[in-house]
Amino acid sequence: MSTSAKTRIVGAPVPRKEGADKLLGRARYVDDIEREGMWYGATVRSTIPRGLIRSIGFDRRIDWSEFAVVTAADVPGENYIQLIVADQPCLADGQVNHCDEAILLLAHPDKHKLREAVDAVRVEYDPLPPIFTIEESERQDRIVWGTDNLLKSFLLEKGDVDSVWRSAAHIVEGEYRTGAQEHLYIENNGIIAEWSAETGVTVWGSLQCPYYVHKTLIKIFDLPDEKVRVVQTETGGAFGGKEDYPSTLASHAALLAMKSNHPVKMVYDRMEDLAATTKRHPSRTRHRTALDKDGKLLAMDIDLATDGGAYATLSSTVLSRATLHAPGPYSCPNVRIHAKSWATNTVPYGAFRGFGAPQAVFALERHMDEIAAALGIDPVALRLRNFLHEGDTTATEQVMREPVIMDKLLDRALRESDYHARRARFARDNPTSAVKRGIGIAAFYHGSGFTGSGERILNSLAGVDVAPGGKVRVLVSNTEFGQGTNTVLTQVAAEAIGIDYDDIAMAAADTGLVPNSGPTVASRTVMVVGRLIERAGLQLITMLREDAGLGAPYTREEFFAACERLRAAKGEVVSLVRYEAPPGIFWDDQKYRGEAYPSYAWSIHLAQVAVDTVTFSAEVEEFWAVQEVGRVLNPVLATGQIEGGIAQGIGYALYEKVLLQNGHMANNQMTNYIIPTAEDVPPIHVFFEEIPFRYGGYGAKGIGELPHDGPAPAIVNAIKDATGISFHSIPLLPEDLFAVLAAHRNVEEPAAL
Amino acid sequence: MSESWPIVHFTVNGKNCEVQAPPLKRLLDVLRGDLHLTGTKEGCGEGECGSCSVRMNGELVNSCLVPLLQAEGADVQTVEGLALNGKLHPLQQAFLDCGGAQCGICTPGMLMAAAQLIERNPHPSMAQIREGLAGNLCRCTGFMRIFESVLAAATEAAEPAPKQARDAR
Repeated sequence: MSTSAKTRIVGAPVPRKEGADKLLGRARYVDDIEREGMWYGATVRSTIPRGLIRSIGFDRRIDWSEFAVVTAADVPGENYIQLIVADQPCLADGQVNHCDEAILLLAHPDKHKLREAVDAVRVEYDPLPPIFTIEESERQDRIVWGTDNLLKSFLLEKGDVDSVWRSAAHIVEGEYRTGAQEHLYIENNGIIAEWSAETGVTVWGSLQCPYYVHKTLIKIFDLPDEKVRVVQTETGGAFGGKEDYPSTLASHAALLAMKSNHPVKMVYDRMEDLAATTKRHPSRTRHRTALDKDGKLLAMDIDLATDGGAYATLSSTVLSRATLHAPGPYSCPNVRIHAKSWATNTVPYGAFRGFGAPQAVFALERHMDEIAAALGIDPVALRLRNFLHEGDTTATEQVMREPVIMDKLLDRALRESDYHARRARFARDNPTSAVKRGIGIAAFYHGSGFTGSGERILNSLAGVDVAPGGKVRVLVSNTEFGQGTNTVLTQVAAEAIGIDYDDIAMAAADTGLVPNSGPTVASRTVMVVGRLIERAGLQLITMLREDAGLGAPYTREEFFAACERLRAAKGEVVSLVRYEAPPGIFWDDQKYRGEAYPSYAWSIHLAQVAVDTVTFSAEVEEFWAVQEVGRVLNPVLATGQIEGGIAQGIGYALYEKVLLQNGHMANNQMTNYIIPTAEDVPPIHVFFEEIPFRYGGYGAKGIGELPHDGPAPAIVNAIKDATGISFHSIPLLPEDLFAVLAAHRNVEEPAAL
Repeated sequence: MSESWPIVHFTVNGKNCEVQAPPLKRLLDVLRGDLHLTGTKEGCGEGECGSCSVRMNGELVNSCLVPLLQAEGADVQTVEGLALNGKLHPLQQAFLDCGGAQCGICTPGMLMAAAQLIERNPHPSMAQIREGLAGNLCRCTGFMRIFESVLAAATEAAEPAPKQARDAR
């Protein structure tokens, strides 16, 4: 049982497992790898947002006999990417539904010949009318997906919202919008593929989920499981952006490898990666909230819509998480959430850290401040009055059986930031200053692991083995892409087995070698897979005690000697365990009722923002984050996760704007898609309150996504605190602030112009 | 055809190199391709992200913007040249201890920028660290662990404390 029992390695700031390789420049990312006889691949993409492909022509100035050319007709199996619904073609076949959709692939031994060749492929279209917004899609006068443009919808109901409006003391309404956001991992998407008739397909690449790629490749090539092998290479950031897209890129590279009969490398440059790969779903959320005279929540009616782009991809699960995070960490007897994801003719939106929660939390936490203003209540007091506590039920009627300490987290954040003194100082200084300062709050949770019955369906398998005379290896398909999977799972294995951190190695994330322990998404690795490794380690010790005479206590040498005795008796030393759901879990997928998540991580963010009323820039000056994420298994890595998520959240609020022109990303360069730099990120103060979760690996809950959920509303609430003006959408670049602040100034000071 | 390209002579991490290649070939591609020094990374190819940062004649440059010809006679240092005799450079050790590297793709460039900063200014303030690293984008860390790493390395270099004293801190 995972508890807060004393541990040797878990909880210690041990150095990153693969840290030295990364620091010495030795770590091998996909673009650092060459294969004998390797060719390079490139993609011919749609230049229009929607239309029928009339013809594909090849300019005669190119000697096409030097190239491998692949179209949809070359796909030996099913021409679809296998996600939740297989609606997205691997290569467009007769029709395109978004700009930059892949139509044709080229490979050549000299990568410098590819650009000219791509330009020499002439695709002629019969254009069809596109749609680009949620509003155009929900009007349904142009159907671009299925029969109604609706990728997915959910209805969640608790109590009876409509019984409340008449008698409520206050009703507050608001509409909130969030924009698309690019992951901007610094390493672009890349894959190397090989094909042979005997061994099938092998791909190496920058990816999060080897078994997702495997699932698509066996269908694309119509091959049995064992004829497809997917190996993750060192991965330079992902953030959800390498959850589904690598299935497409791996298919492309592998098709070219088959056609050319050479290994093929496809590594996108930044412009192609930005234009063609997934982003965070734009959203529009409408809140109608009833409260009693004291500011207690009576009813929350929430209408949530996301733009899913041209294909279904992961939009349904992103929408699910948005739905389940929309009511926030508050107790409310009556809740109704209508959630819909709409198709448009843009690149499909996909997974991005937070997975729908940042959109929902932005709307709710902005709305809470609007409620506070409408009722004349302090934003702190309003939240304290409504927080969930142990024993309360959520919107899905999940009973909070673990401690919920939002009050304590908020109290700590206020103390650490000296919140009240700061606000008093700003109230005093702002009237005479062109720079207005404010401080804003966001309170939120993030559900750990797959939603509802998801973990039971995944049915993950993971474990450890011991190679002859070698190290203990952790066998998981979960991947390292900066968040610390290697380090923390090594800590867990070393702790459970009772040997040193350096005695443990991570097996390569290679589908030919490791079992399917599920995807590396949903903040599930440490909590769910960590628990599997903890159990597998303890099971190994039991096996060694029962079958190989391991005593108690034992030394490292006695452990390895017992492993060799077990090997002599059984032929191998391996301990695998399968996922077991915590007891008492119930989830109704139809009614969206029950245990939405096995556990929740909880957090308070406070942002201090300065708004310059001359330049119209908003700058985050200081940031506080207090969270309860279960047991912290590695404080340095955990703090780094929180800080990195907050920096991305600051970008989401104030810097990062995806500009679409006719459905194509117009600012697909780092020059004009701006992320926070070393000079933009404020001092970030991170505090943990630890309550071990008994069903998580050594008490851990999810942590990776949580910190992206809070910064945007905290920052925009701070802008309201500073200027008195409510902003209802992000991102807020200076031009966006200018549009609203200048309009207010003109109203207030007409004489000034 | 390649015989007609000029031969460019320069040193990389103290070793003499001769490369015969198109004079406008990016130094980044020469390092990674011709010289097999793949520690230097490409993030954007337009001088925005700093992942390809190397030091050339004591200046920090984006190697994606430097044509090979410009490296004639130059002294180039890459991430592979930081560690000495298999021992991590103090900056590398500090990044390891303080969590300054996560996914690792910006790390080689970040280390070169940090090395440049500390060499120019052995006692940088936080504002100077921020400015010195402003051309190197990291998407994972939020920079806090990186700042801490650079501060730790600078402190280490400034006051080489005996081992016990370091442990006590």
